[in-house]
Amino acid sequence: MDIMKYVWCFVIGGAICVVGQILIDKTKLTSARILVLFVTVGVILTGLGLYQPLVDLAGSGATVPLTGFGYSLGKGVMKEVDEVGLLGVFTGGIKATAGGVAAAILFGFLAALIAKPKMKKQ
Amino acid sequence: MKAIETKADYQKYVDEKTPNSPIWGNLFKAFIVGGAICLMGQFIMDYLTTGVGLDKDTASSVTSITLVFIGIFLTAINVYNRIGKFAGAGSIVPITGFANSIASPAIEFKSEGLVLGVGAKLFQVAGPVLVYGISTSIAVGLIYYLLK
Repeated sequence: MDIMKYVWCFVIGGAICVVGQILIDKTKLTSARILVLFVTVGVILTGLGLYQPLVDLAGSGATVPLTGFGYSLGKGVMKEVDEVGLLGVFTGGIKATAGGVAAAILFGFLAALIAKPKMKKQ
Repeated sequence: MKAIETKADYQKYVDEKTPNSPIWGNLFKAFIVGGAICLMGQFIMDYLTTGVGLDKDTASSVTSITLVFIGIFLTAINVYNRIGKFAGAGSIVPITGFANSIASPAIEFKSEGLVLGVGAKLFQVAGPVLVYGISTSIAVGLIYYLLK
């Protein structure tokens, strides 16, 4: 077992979150904007071939942050273009991320049905 | 103190009055919690590939689904929000934070009904993320197709 893999995972994953924290503290970006920004940047970096090396180095440290969701979208679309051509432009991204998105919708829906809204503390 | 006339004056006034957030502490907390969540993902991933024997892409999907489940479960029992108060971006940026951003408004607005409450609010944050994420992926795919 390679301990450095886990060290890099922790360090890179933590560092990506630190970037988000700097944006929150310095620019007052809302969390929604941060998430949108991170996904978009992840897709673009993947398209440029810059994100794959980070994934090779840090594993989940690069795929668990939302930039990794962008990585899945970008990687999926390029793989699908390789396999089926132009149609892949439309199908590749969603195909690669379908599991996570569908799970989020289902679990989110169930949670909303079951959980009680918390009372706002005065 | 001089009168506030321009937007810049006002911004300066606000900056003076708002307490400086302890930024180094925030960064440290975001680093630790964010790193820990990623590490948890890595352990799940390793278990699925070496323990269960799934291939890398499948394991990666199952890991995402598992983390999404954990994030939403912790949101439903009102624990994730508490982690968020401590960790800031450390709990927002990982996919568990994305899951939280889906469940949290849906739970909060369920009184507005199943369609426009739960159904619509599930996508309050996820909607923009998907719109920009998918659109960018289509742009990347198209460029990749043309350059190939």
